[in-house]
Amino acid sequence: MFYREAGQYKTSYVADQAVFPIRQDRYGIAIILLVAFVAIPFLGSTFLLQAVMIPFLIYSLAAIGLNLLTGYTGLLSLGTGAFMGVGAYACYKLTSVFPEVNILVWIIASGFVAAAIGILFGLPSLRIKGFYLAIATLAAQFFLQWCFVRIPWLVNYNVSNAIEVPQRQLGEIILTGPNSTPLTRYMVVLVIVVVMTWLASNIVHGRIGRMWMAVRDQDIAAELMGIRLLPTKLLAFAVSSFYCGVAGAMLVFLWYGGAEADTFNINQSFFVLFMIIIGGLGSLLGAYFGAALIFGLPILLRYVPAELGLPLHSATVEHLSFLVVGVLIIFFLIVEPHGLARLWQIAKQKLRVWPFPY
Amino acid sequence: MDLLYKIFLDPFVQMGAAPDLLLQTLWEGLVGGVLYALIALGFVLIFKASGVFNFAQGIMVVFAGLTLVGLFGVISGLGNVNEHVAAFAALGLTVGVMFVLAVGIERLVLRPLVNQPDIILFMATFGLTYVLIGVGELIFGGEPKVMITGELFLPRGSTDWEVFGGFVSFQHIDLAAAIIASLMVAGLAVFFSKTRIGRALRAVADSHKAALSVGISLEQIWVIVWFASGLVALVTGIMWAARSDVSFALQIIALRALPVLILGGFTSIPGAIVGGLIIGVGEKLGEFYWGPLLGGGIESWLAYFIALVFLLFRPQGLFGEKIIERV
Repeated sequence: MFYREAGQYKTSYVADQAVFPIRQDRYGIAIILLVAFVAIPFLGSTFLLQAVMIPFLIYSLAAIGLNLLTGYTGLLSLGTGAFMGVGAYACYKLTSVFPEVNILVWIIASGFVAAAIGILFGLPSLRIKGFYLAIATLAAQFFLQWCFVRIPWLVNYNVSNAIEVPQRQLGEIILTGPNSTPLTRYMVVLVIVVVMTWLASNIVHGRIGRMWMAVRDQDIAAELMGIRLLPTKLLAFAVSSFYCGVAGAMLVFLWYGGAEADTFNINQSFFVLFMIIIGGLGSLLGAYFGAALIFGLPILLRYVPAELGLPLHSATVEHLSFLVVGVLIIFFLIVEPHGLARLWQIAKQKLRVWPFPY
Repeated sequence: MDLLYKIFLDPFVQMGAAPDLLLQTLWEGLVGGVLYALIALGFVLIFKASGVFNFAQGIMVVFAGLTLVGLFGVISGLGNVNEHVAAFAALGLTVGVMFVLAVGIERLVLRPLVNQPDIILFMATFGLTYVLIGVGELIFGGEPKVMITGELFLPRGSTDWEVFGGFVSFQHIDLAAAIIASLMVAGLAVFFSKTRIGRALRAVADSHKAALSVGISLEQIWVIVWFASGLVALVTGIMWAARSDVSFALQIIALRALPVLILGGFTSIPGAIVGGLIIGVGEKLGEFYWGPLLGGGIESWLAYFIALVFLLFRPQGLFGEKIIERV
């Protein structure tokens, strides 16, 4: 009833090929952006900004990055955590060598460093695929994490062997460091994430995205159609690592405020992989859904029992949350193997014809 | 020049100067390799029969070990029970638990997900990992536990073997691990080639559809392979925990067994064993002779590196079939 495109005529190809061809979708996205840019900063508490929204957006970006590689190009990667780490360490190194350049420039630039490393570890994808490739990308995970621990140059020979985020400003506004407010950091994260999502949407709807999907669906057929596998796969690794690198840099500079090598361990990689599979492979919206669910669940599990007055030990809650997350992963896979994004699509389709079944 | 010298000459000079040390390192590598091979074996069994890349194998090792120790604690707490009797009762019960687990996994996870893409099943085993971690920690607690080696008549102590003017020390438990592992592999080989169920398993591994059409029950086969790899996990758990403790850290160590799969191929049982030994030895040698050059700790990624270099020359793995999906 409310969601129906009757009466919306398209008079040009541009209108027909728009990302949001239906008017209600455009209103929807406008409302979401309005909430994110206006309502949450004004009404949200510090807790909401710091503990929920900032990490949610950062993980969404990482999930988009992995989704470009795994969902769109069909290359399974378990090295996401390490690529995020590359971004974080590169950003730290760059900003401490050139402190006068704005930190925002370095956050983006660190993505390029991560992209270069990503290409390097993407090379095995030319000979292997599937689970063999997943294991090969674990090499990146373990090797890079080892580098973070063993190369003190990366952390400027700190005694703590960890990244300590320095204070950086944009004009008068403090962006990073212990004195920055959650509100500023939230706005920075939001702007970067929105812009990069928009870019990703354009990439996947354009020629490059079609090439990636062709490689995913049938690589031999794609090759026969004139798509060169080598550059296409490496480009996917580069772009994906770029996104992960930026997400990693933001994770440390705009959320944690400090990090050691263990921050980027294998569990981080799995965490992001959960998000895209639960959210939906090959869907940008799915990356957001997945991040919301996988990141939000443990928070809910931590606070709901306390709110209900259940006397649970914190360790028990920790173990229970493992159990519940595990059960939910299996449950969602059984109910809808194509992820929450597919559920959303089904719901929209139902809404279009409501109240009739079809 | 100096660096090249250190990489290509120094380690070999060291090996020649102290052959007893080299032997010791080789032995430890082999022992580590046996354990890697056992974990890889668990992966291969399941992958062959159901095409599922079972990420939960590592946690199954931990879970089996914890269950064994936990049940032993319960049984010996009952009162006047001989500790050996209690240990073997616990062992029997643990085997039962692994069977129930296999049935449960087949019913609740695999059956509803039949015919889904590989990555979905892979993801489901991730969920399974989380469930097992949660259940294990809820029941047994998170702290490391001591394995009941003495009660299971597993030997302790070590023998020194004098050779090359030095001596090489063999831990008895390692010898026992090697023997038990070979017995188990031999048993599995016989089971696979001689019994009716074994033949059915191989048929399923070759083609699900063809196996179904000749009347083999896939559900039954899956329970059997998951149970078999549960048993492998139990043995691995006992052996590994006998050298250190039973703890959830083992699960991460199990990830190091994954390169073995690249080396040996996902579907080859001999590949898992030979690959495990190669990775075990390569890792120990690399860590001991080349590790100090890089600042140590290279064990964590060396195995992957060996596997990747190997891929350049033989993409189908040691015993892998050519048709394996590799680009």
